[in-house]
Amino acid sequence: MRRAVIAFTAFLGGLIFLFAGPASAAAEGEGLKGTLTHQGQPVNGAKIVVTTEDGQPVQELTTNAQGTWEVAVPKAGKYKVTLDASTLPPNLQPRGGQNVRTPQVFEGNVSTVLFPLEAKAAPGEAPAADPSEGALFRQAAQLAFEGLNLGLIIALAALGLSLIYGTTGLTNFAHGELVTLGAVVAFMFNTGIFGWSGMPLELAALLSLIVCGAFGYFQDRFFWGRLRKRGTGVIAMMIISIGVAILLRNMIQFFFGAQNESFSDYTAQAGMELGPITVAPKNLWAMGIELFVLIVVGVALLKTRLGKAARAVSDNPALAASSGIDVDRVIRIIWTLGAAIAALAGIMLGLSQSLKFTMGQDILLLIFAGVTLGGLGTAFGALVGSIVVGVFIQVSTLWVPPELKSVGALAILIIVLLVRPQGILGRRERIG
Amino acid sequence: MDWLTILTTTVHAAIGWEVVVYGLAAIGVNIHFGYTGLLNFGQAAFMAVAGYGLAVTIVVIGLPFWVGILVGLAGAVLLALLLGVPTLRLRADYLAIVTIAAAEIIRLIFRSVAFKETFGGSDGRRGFNNDFYEINPFPPGHYGIGPFGFNERTFWLLVVGWVTLAVCCAVVYLLMKSPWGRVLKAIREDEEAVRSLGKNVFSYKMQSLILGGVIGALGGFFYGLYNGSVQPDVFGTEMTFFAYTIVILGGAARVLGPVVGAMVFWVLFVFIGNFLSEAVRAGYITVITETQVGPIRYALVGLGFILLLVFRPQGIFGDKREIALDAR
Repeated sequence: MRRAVIAFTAFLGGLIFLFAGPASAAAEGEGLKGTLTHQGQPVNGAKIVVTTEDGQPVQELTTNAQGTWEVAVPKAGKYKVTLDASTLPPNLQPRGGQNVRTPQVFEGNVSTVLFPLEAKAAPGEAPAADPSEGALFRQAAQLAFEGLNLGLIIALAALGLSLIYGTTGLTNFAHGELVTLGAVVAFMFNTGIFGWSGMPLELAALLSLIVCGAFGYFQDRFFWGRLRKRGTGVIAMMIISIGVAILLRNMIQFFFGAQNESFSDYTAQAGMELGPITVAPKNLWAMGIELFVLIVVGVALLKTRLGKAARAVSDNPALAASSGIDVDRVIRIIWTLGAAIAALAGIMLGLSQSLKFTMGQDILLLIFAGVTLGGLGTAFGALVGSIVVGVFIQVSTLWVPPELKSVGALAILIIVLLVRPQGILGRRERIG
Repeated sequence: MDWLTILTTTVHAAIGWEVVVYGLAAIGVNIHFGYTGLLNFGQAAFMAVAGYGLAVTIVVIGLPFWVGILVGLAGAVLLALLLGVPTLRLRADYLAIVTIAAAEIIRLIFRSVAFKETFGGSDGRRGFNNDFYEINPFPPGHYGIGPFGFNERTFWLLVVGWVTLAVCCAVVYLLMKSPWGRVLKAIREDEEAVRSLGKNVFSYKMQSLILGGVIGALGGFFYGLYNGSVQPDVFGTEMTFFAYTIVILGGAARVLGPVVGAMVFWVLFVFIGNFLSEAVRAGYITVITETQVGPIRYALVGLGFILLLVFRPQGIFGDKREIALDAR
């Protein structure tokens, strides 16, 4: 066992070198920064004017292709940041007409200044504050579409979590970090490491899947598998997975930094009208890939020998072993697959929002919600549950403030556990 | 290398406010997890409710300090009831997920813009600890020996904090020696057996959840009083997991385990952080930058947590047979 932990640590150490390239430069001194986006799309070329509190000009600048801007300020204190509304794209305006912010910059800190944007009501149309029936429908359709995208991403991660739970009984709190790892590794291949120049995102994503799949394999081969052999209980493994999550998350932060990033391809993509909704082509591609992978894995579970073996192990490992199935091998393949599709979820999440070392942690509970709603340990339940959670989260922003949208999903998680703990598709068994 | 700074901060960390706050949180977790076998992953929520109960009562409503304390404690009891009634019948891993989700819901509500008038959004609330320091009996000055010591405000907080820690340890010691405590331990070992003896398992679990939550809430008060403010993101899941690390480090189901665990944890945490920072600043370590020291020590917490659970789940004082790791 000692060897196992040493090997696991060594593998993590190996990742160090992989990540060492783009370790981010620490922000020096005080500053202001922000990102200007509308419905996930960056807004390029908007003018931002920064002055001190008493009106002394500091700097004027425009947002770049990623919609971001950053200003170094001479000292800590209060500053006035003005967004020039006339330089925004003609269809956008600052929400509520508020284009001035007075942020406080603390010593050694970079403060973030955000300007929420909204679509300008076309002349003759009802203003956005009082949506007519058609506008409400359009908004609901747009949110449902975004929710479907989020739901499919959650489903990818949830499928891996559910398969691992089904075959090993491990409730893996470190699954969110596998999601982050996938996105971060893809980002590094995408923007270039070891002095290699960056590669296209498609290739970077493929390499990331291979690296993360290998990570999943080795994690089981040298860590979880050894623990199972020692007879470590499922509750102990669950608590250990929290330690793994803390370790991985902070190692990712160590190499990646605490800032937001985005891939170098496909960030600014113009949306196109599709019936009542506006979508960027990349989102359609992403959803196509997500659906394809989900269907392939689902069919493989039903039809292939390995899939049948995996389901047999889920049902009863001892019986599966006695009928000639190599249980350890099946579990190892499930771990490889689970880590790889979690990585895919991370890459897709990175496409539709920005990359951060907490991105996996932030959706971990949503993954749990999806898995529980569908029924813990059932692969198809995870799929259905996740899509319901994703759509619910986005559509609920019609009524609840956006910052509370996850609360609804977590409340669902709790209510489902109380009312129907086996989930939508799960079998009834002892849970209390 | 400024060894004196490293030494003083490390010594301060052994008895400082962090030990008081996390020691109390860990005593609560010890009652839940160590004695009763409940996997409550929402301990941070109890601390948040207490801290915010105190802050909002004083700052927003304008009531006196003691009312704030009562509101905070009542909030913790209410949270335990709300959390416990539906979830205490669930299996251990489900209970863990529900409590962690509930804690996140509470954190999100505290930081939301919609309730900014009450809870202050992501900036939280400040300016509620004046009453506490007004009853400080210690005159201004330096309390300590040589470079080690605290000013009168911190000293007052630490005196109250350590008295509270001692009282909580005494309460836990007496309770766990009593028939009531033996029922809790029996629930941890075999719930069905206890039920067959005619005990109301649910009621005992609920009492355990309330007691541990209230002691954790005391930790929330001390956090607010020392820092003079409460912010929502302080009470994230990491706080709960630190408390778990401390309990397992000190030894679960041991009266003094959480306190010793908290002291060892913070000494190591502060020492490693300051040592690495100083070494980087002095140029002895060049591979990492100073901002990277933060993630390193958190990563070490994770690694230490894994190693402890794998090789020595009983921690410093514990008994391997008494750890509720393989229950159910």
